[in-house]
Amino acid sequence: MELPVISNNAPAAEGGGCSSSGCGTAPDALGHLPDHIRAKVQDHPCYSEEAHHYFARMHVAVAPACNIQCNYCNRKYDCSNESRPGVVSELLTPDQAIKKVLAVAAEIPQMTVLGIAGPGDPLANPGRTFETFEQLSERAPDIKLCVSTNGLNLPQYVDRIAQHNIDHVTITINCVDPEVGAKIYPWIHWENKRITGVEGARILIEQQQKGLQMLTDRGILVKVNSVLIPGVNDEHLKEVSKIVKAKGAFLHNVMPLIAEPEHGTYYGIMEQPEPTPEQLQDLQDACAGDMAMMRHCRQCRADAVGLLGEDRGDEFTLDKIDVMDVDYEAAMVRRKVVHDEILEKLDAKRGIVKPKAEGIPEGSRPVLMAVAGKNGVVAEHFGHAKEFLIYEASPEGVRFISHRKTELYCGGMDSCGDGDVVEAGATESLLDRNIRVLEGCEVVLCSKVGYEPWAKLEAAGIAPNGEHAMEPIEDAVMAVYKEIAATGKLLPAAESLKVA
Amino acid sequence: MALQITQSCVNCWACVDVCPNDAIYQETPHFLIDDGKCTECLGDHSVPQCAAICPIEMAIVNELGEFLNPPGSLTGIPIEKLKEFGLWREAA
Repeated sequence: MELPVISNNAPAAEGGGCSSSGCGTAPDALGHLPDHIRAKVQDHPCYSEEAHHYFARMHVAVAPACNIQCNYCNRKYDCSNESRPGVVSELLTPDQAIKKVLAVAAEIPQMTVLGIAGPGDPLANPGRTFETFEQLSERAPDIKLCVSTNGLNLPQYVDRIAQHNIDHVTITINCVDPEVGAKIYPWIHWENKRITGVEGARILIEQQQKGLQMLTDRGILVKVNSVLIPGVNDEHLKEVSKIVKAKGAFLHNVMPLIAEPEHGTYYGIMEQPEPTPEQLQDLQDACAGDMAMMRHCRQCRADAVGLLGEDRGDEFTLDKIDVMDVDYEAAMVRRKVVHDEILEKLDAKRGIVKPKAEGIPEGSRPVLMAVAGKNGVVAEHFGHAKEFLIYEASPEGVRFISHRKTELYCGGMDSCGDGDVVEAGATESLLDRNIRVLEGCEVVLCSKVGYEPWAKLEAAGIAPNGEHAMEPIEDAVMAVYKEIAATGKLLPAAESLKVA
Repeated sequence: MALQITQSCVNCWACVDVCPNDAIYQETPHFLIDDGKCTECLGDHSVPQCAAICPIEMAIVNELGEFLNPPGSLTGIPIEKLKEFGLWREAA
């Protein structure tokens, strides 16, 4: 069966490729899907940009074993302070996982999705993975199930996936060429042997592609994740995007490589460069001509809990769950009410016309702006923002580009009140670092900016703007873009004058 | 004859699922191999399965204490780098 592919190019819709709510392409794009598919993704935070502002998900770490090695992964995964894929604090048995899911789904009624994503490969742990899915579909049938895999064992388990009503599968596909693959995967475990190099990569790629086709043939939604590794697969990912689209994947999520030496991964230790935000954006834009790109991925842990971009896992450790008193039936009723309310709100928003780029002279250059936002509005104090949402304003309209994580330089009295004196030097360097995170942006929109960061932002060529607090992000970005345009600074002539 | 698991083990369960003899069991601080059950996969497979799937170098040794996956053999990280990062051991 041929699945329709969402287009990033907003069709005849006025004002270009952006929406009025949340970030970016999804509401428009989802509008083009047949209802039965839109219904499958509209409340899935990892599949719909719009949904991720309102709906929560969780991963349970029941799948520790893996059958391949990736050069960006280190299997010593036990760490509580890191947030990245493959890292968890506490492995769970299927019984413990179910207990945790039911407790979380009672406490966080926005929760719609349970995923199994590791810390190894879920399909290399078929017993633990499918037992968890089976138990949960009995005890909380309203929770959607999804699974992420490297694809090696996928063809063998497609029928079980279909049988368990798992209708969202993510496959990590970093290449379609075994020569490229050999630089990413040192070995796989296949038919009772460890197979290295090009041969291992060839088998993995073959299984991934076969599994992808089998899933889409059964009408199961497939998202493809790819890790952008500069100099290894950057150009090659354009080809990957074309091929997975042709096989019916409906969303492509290109994520930046994470490679710090202290993580102990091959790429980290060998000092393989991570992509810059510009490299990532350029590649996502290049692939967007072929298929819908996901740009809101937070590369979360294999035991993440809550909304994307936040992690409430610490509230739900096994010892805390043990003493929670949960009324499962009441929780399910409450979830239904909360989910319906959110969907109703989203439906209403779908009709809202996006801000238009009226009055912007043609040929004006695009401007990147960073927004300290929450729930679709300009909401956060500059110093409290855990991440900035990056938007591009152009004569085409406003579109979401990515998020960039920051280090908090100001934790407020809560973190400073217990005698920890933050040294002035350390405070300052975090602020400097945050400003570096905003490289390429010309404006930062937030609810408030302190005096010191204000001066530093201006010195770095980034205009701080606190005048649009609590306004919808895209309206605020467009309003600021219009102000800049009115000064004539966006036209090529003005640019060349400036350079001269 | 039997293989053994060393302190390098990260408890990832991969070996447990592929052992044809059910010889591997959970223990603190890491998994262990029951030497009464381990056959080093002779008669079942051409190579010992635990060592063929184990992602951690130096985690499985034979009776002579030799690493089945010596430093650098799985990740391709050069020995000098492993030494620099404190990830190298000569023997179990």
